[in-house]
Amino acid sequence: MHLHKFEKIWLIVGIGSLVVFLLILGFGAFWLGTHPQSHGVTIDPQNIEAHEAFKPENLGVTQVEEDKYIINVVASAFNYDFGTDEDGAPLKHIRIPKGSTVLWQVTSPDVVHGFNVAGTNVNMMVEPGYISSLETEMKSTGEFTIVCNEYCGTGHHLMYATLEVYE
Amino acid sequence: MAMEKLERFYDKSRLPLTISKQEARLYMTFIYVAFISLAIGGLMGLLQTLVRSGTITLPWGIDYYQILTLHGVILALIMTTYFIIGFQHALMGKTVGMSDKQRKTAWIGFWVMVLGTTFAAITILLGRANVLYTFYAPLKAHPLFYIGLALVIIGSWIAAFVNWHQVYKWKKEHPGEKTPLLAFMVVINMAMWFIASLGVAVAVLVQFIPWSLGYAETINVLVSRTLFWYFGHPLVYFWLLPAYMAWYAIIPKIIGGKIFSDSLARLAFVLLLFFSIPVGFHHQLTEPGIDPTWKFIQVVLTFMVVIPSLMTAFSMFATFEITGRKKGFGGLFGWLKHLPWKDVRFLAPFIGMLAFIPGGAGGIINASHQMNAVVHNTIWVTGHFHITVATTVILTFFGIAYWLIPHLTGRTLTPAINRLGIIQTIIWTVGMTIMSGAMHIQGLLGGPRRSSYSEYGGTEQATEWIWYQAAQAIGGTILFIGIILMVYIVIKLAFFAPKGNEEFPIAEEEENAEPTPKFFDNYKLWVAITIALILFAYTIPFVDIIQNSPPGSPPFDWPIGNS
Repeated sequence: MHLHKFEKIWLIVGIGSLVVFLLILGFGAFWLGTHPQSHGVTIDPQNIEAHEAFKPENLGVTQVEEDKYIINVVASAFNYDFGTDEDGAPLKHIRIPKGSTVLWQVTSPDVVHGFNVAGTNVNMMVEPGYISSLETEMKSTGEFTIVCNEYCGTGHHLMYATLEVYE
Repeated sequence: MAMEKLERFYDKSRLPLTISKQEARLYMTFIYVAFISLAIGGLMGLLQTLVRSGTITLPWGIDYYQILTLHGVILALIMTTYFIIGFQHALMGKTVGMSDKQRKTAWIGFWVMVLGTTFAAITILLGRANVLYTFYAPLKAHPLFYIGLALVIIGSWIAAFVNWHQVYKWKKEHPGEKTPLLAFMVVINMAMWFIASLGVAVAVLVQFIPWSLGYAETINVLVSRTLFWYFGHPLVYFWLLPAYMAWYAIIPKIIGGKIFSDSLARLAFVLLLFFSIPVGFHHQLTEPGIDPTWKFIQVVLTFMVVIPSLMTAFSMFATFEITGRKKGFGGLFGWLKHLPWKDVRFLAPFIGMLAFIPGGAGGIINASHQMNAVVHNTIWVTGHFHITVATTVILTFFGIAYWLIPHLTGRTLTPAINRLGIIQTIIWTVGMTIMSGAMHIQGLLGGPRRSSYSEYGGTEQATEWIWYQAAQAIGGTILFIGIILMVYIVIKLAFFAPKGNEEFPIAEEEENAEPTPKFFDNYKLWVAITIALILFAYTIPFVDIIQNSPPGSPPFDWPIGNS
């Protein structure tokens, strides 16, 4: 089988760039630890409250250290449960100081959902039976829309909350 | 010398074959269903963009997600599959022939698909299957929806069996000859389709149907998703490969040239077969239950597809340049000018090729392991597949329809229809640039896909998204005008254009082309390598998924209004 000289050059340059590209991806993933979220932590979707993190009192924002927070969320059709405020009303707006490290932990007791803090790389599939988790540093201030970005039923577009990162 | 010439003459007169009236009826019936589906699916698309721009609300209790399901199922699964099977049957009839028995079997395939389509359509129209075309568990549609989808797949397998039998018979009658290029490509595409759709067939038959009927209490969600995406990515190559068939083996004839390299075309198809299936994890990168190392391995396998894509790009432009230079157009870019820009059979697929440059680049971003998190499930992804399948693939299919329909109906593509076709191509390009462009940008800003109109509590981000949704409605409206025009052209070509003989363009090799190596016809080897790659990419992570499974999920019908 004959390959034209120019085609050889084209393919060598193309495949060469591909190899470099994949090495960069691999370096990022395995050395810098930027793998997409995948912890394989399972949970009984019909009994999520048996898990410490998803007991009603542990939902929402918990400060664990000076700059460290854990945010536990139950995603269900068509609501994000961040727990309640002092008056017992459901929380739809959460606040985090700029520069803090946040561990997001989300699970679903019903169908598949998405969890995307729009405009950031906090973007996870939430599936019944698994805990989706991702640690991130909130570097910029502002109001971020948290949206369900995986179809979960006819009220899917009404499933949202907001995150405020303040100075 | 004289003998050699005689032999060559004999070779050429034997191919291509003529298509009988009965065969033409079979091929056309598939194509009719495809264009009816295009009209319905296109209307749904228009409605979606209008709803999402906040312009209209749907009457009579119709749900946004109902028309979204219809749009996805009828365009991604029905329209494409019918067009591809009709086109591939025609290619086979033209290059290796179709016997009466094969034709009758192909009709059975058609009717099984129609039955399945009807079942699925009924459940969607009754609002009992608002699960979108990916039907992710544990959302539960009416069982008939899953049964319908299974029948569509089984019907398409019958088409595959017919195609393989056609080549088997032809090879027996022509010992020692290589399979004609287009027939080779059809065999490869159907081999890929069959191996890939086994995954979704298993999910539907073993998991979804018993579970939706109540025989199984729970479903393993991650297993069902993994089986779906084992099928879902090759599905997009199943759309793309018929476009490649036209690019490699039909476009050269239309521009008055020859096939650049028969062997390279075959090699590209074999590589696409290898690297289309063991790659489904790149659709599941942000899922919690799959080992990231195996995700990365499948990402690497995904990117192998860059190689046949680069080969294809080179072949296309080499064909254009060689043809131009042969016609005496010199200069660095003089050959570009000679291209038949005013021939819609060329123009539409050519714009499809151009769209594949940003389309391919977007695909690289999507599959880039960690970079996927930036765009996953944002409307960027919707923009991506509208510039690939709904531009690259569909414009090539339109380009095929302009000559295939009149060829099969015994009519001709008149200059007036050709002009309409050019207008259609321009409308499509403009509409898609606006719509897909707006989707890409909105996606980068975090706007979600698959969502009805929502102000998300009036956040600043959501307010920004709405402008792009308005742009999508403008693009969608332009595209719908394009669809009406295309349907008009199809009706004209099928029933009203003047009678005549429209050419079925099949390009030939150069007189002095290097012979194609014999090993290409070794289909068993290609299938064996494909299966080996699949086993490598899936065995360990799949066993891991099953061994570490959480408790299963019961069906949920109320979230989609199916209770």
